[in-house]
Amino acid sequence: MNRWLPFEWIAAVRFLREGRMQTLFIVTGIGIGVGVIVFMSALLTGLQANFLKRVLTSQPQIQLLPPDQIARPLRNGLGEFESAIVQRPSQRTISIDQWPKIRDRMLADPEVTVVSPTMSGSALAVRGDANRAIAISGVEPASYFKIVKIPDYIVAGEARLTSDDIIIGTELAKDLGANLGDKLRVQAASGSAVVLKITGVVDLGNKGPNERNTYVALRTAQSLLGTIGGVTTIDLTVRDIYAAETVAARIQASNTVQADSWIKTNAQFFTAINAQQTSNTLIRVFVALSVAFGIAAVLVVSVIQRSKDIGILRAMGASRGQVLRVFLIQGGLLGFVGALAGSLVGVAGLVYWHSIVKQADGSELFPLVFERSLFVVTAILATLTGLLAAMFPALRAAKLDPVEAIRG
Amino acid sequence: MAEEILRLERVCKAYNVGLPSETEVLHDIDLRLNRGQFLALTGPSGSGKSTLLNIVGLLDRPTSGRLFIKGQDTGLLGDAAITRLRGHTIGFVFQDHHLISAFTAQENVMMPLLVDRGFPGADIAARAGDLMERVGLVKVAGNLAANMSGGQQQRVAIARALAMGPDLVLADEPTGNLDTKSADSVFELMRQVNRESGTSFLMVTHNLDLARRCDRIIDVVDGRINS
Ligand SMILES: Nc1ncnc2c1ncn2[C@@H]1O[C@H](COP(=O)(O)OP(=O)(O)OP(=O)(O)O)[C@@H](O)[C@H]1O
Ligand SMILES: [Mg+2]
Repeated sequence: MNRWLPFEWIAAVRFLREGRMQTLFIVTGIGIGVGVIVFMSALLTGLQANFLKRVLTSQPQIQLLPPDQIARPLRNGLGEFESAIVQRPSQRTISIDQWPKIRDRMLADPEVTVVSPTMSGSALAVRGDANRAIAISGVEPASYFKIVKIPDYIVAGEARLTSDDIIIGTELAKDLGANLGDKLRVQAASGSAVVLKITGVVDLGNKGPNERNTYVALRTAQSLLGTIGGVTTIDLTVRDIYAAETVAARIQASNTVQADSWIKTNAQFFTAINAQQTSNTLIRVFVALSVAFGIAAVLVVSVIQRSKDIGILRAMGASRGQVLRVFLIQGGLLGFVGALAGSLVGVAGLVYWHSIVKQADGSELFPLVFERSLFVVTAILATLTGLLAAMFPALRAAKLDPVEAIRG
Repeated sequence: MAEEILRLERVCKAYNVGLPSETEVLHDIDLRLNRGQFLALTGPSGSGKSTLLNIVGLLDRPTSGRLFIKGQDTGLLGDAAITRLRGHTIGFVFQDHHLISAFTAQENVMMPLLVDRGFPGADIAARAGDLMERVGLVKVAGNLAANMSGGQQQRVAIARALAMGPDLVLADEPTGNLDTKSADSVFELMRQVNRESGTSFLMVTHNLDLARRCDRIIDVVDGRINS
């Protein structure tokens, strides 16, 4: 007997230990349930973290654009619609009005951490007989690379952009048969063209961007696209990524720009996350319920099996409260030990899953993230569930009439 | 005059009170037991001996009448006080040993002390050790109940009943499951404790030979004392 354990704990532990099979089976049951919760939660966290990292290193958190050009229905003098059906106008390459002023305001905004003006448009990349339509981003590397981590994605060459340089995607390089250091003729719709040297090849993680995205110096893009001194977007990062939407709304309200946050542009992702979190919560609730009923069932049987023991304990002076606690503790212990077992099961499952499931390119599908809070919260909740589940059997044990219990 | 441990005044006990099946099984029992007395309770099956023992043992309450333990009217006590009084003044030995199977023999003997103190101190283990020695079971002190003979189990039960140093031990057919030889030695053990420590005993028995070796025989017939 452990000298430091109180009577109730000693009795609870002994009773659980003596009921070997019952204890083993219920702990296994709880372990499986808790394991599923741990596995799912950690997987979800990992996938989310992965997605966030990808999004936040390949997109600005807020993008400022010229306000949408809006078409209105044509009316005659009487105010009647002459033509109620309107088509959105194609959005021409237009610069943000007075963008340096807006940029300075953004630089002064305490919520904003990085500001980078960008000139984007489309063009044709020509090399020998091959040509491909490309999207050109003219950027200021110093600030832009802090928003989109191009240097992290470089697979050949370096992330250097002087006015004669271009960084292209891996697929485009393949399509054009171009290598590092090769010259590329880039031709705008207007007919103007420049010859640029490939200084870097990037892998942006997706086939589409790898085929189309190219990066040049801001000035190069401006002169190529015929918008000297103009920018099409101002890209921002903010201090609190989750506040991006509110910050964007504030910027849009006080400037003549449209401000799109990453939260808005990735609305689908958040819908998916919400749906997953809802189903995760449901699973938790139902696992908790079945754990609770499992524990209650085991303890109800145990109270019946041990009614003689309970009777004799009462006869030797044990109070109803002591008997109550002996069974409550058993419930709590089952929940707690089950949660420990479940955490092991969940972690083992995750490690295994992580090792066999890979992305197409062989990289990990999700990072193994084990937050301590997940385990602590799970253990606490499982213990509380056990205590709650034990309430009914424990009360029955406490109410047993010792005379009846002893007679059996 | 000897110190009074137990007194019953016109104790009645009815079962199923208020129901059509209501039956009174004890009628106007008057009984007194002094310190150091060893009483035998005899009588035919169903006469109410166990019922009487349960009432004396504070496991059950009389329907009417009064029960005094060491001069205290137990009818005035609440549930918690009754439980405490029971733990401190009364020890039980049953026909079945009722040892808790999850614990060893010596741990079973420690149990009343553990329940009372809350924690298993060294003094508790030492006292249980002494008691095991007194009932001659030092060798099997670490055994589980299942690994002992009936006589040994009953001796452990006696040691457990003595753990709190009770004033009164109630024994309901303690030798009922034992062969003559074991029955004899278990009875002798109780008699010896009774003589050495002055603990009072109230023992239900069908064994007239043993009953005759007690200080007094109380014969219960149809819920009345017949003496
Ligand atoms: N819980 C109960 N409800 C109803 N009747 C009961 C209850 N307990 C005992 N009785 C009845 O009370 C009477 C006395 O029973 P008790 O057990 O006291 O007899 P006893 O003298 O101990 O008999 P035995 O020698 O067989 O142990 C019996 O008729 C029994 O049927
Ligand atoms: Mg009886």
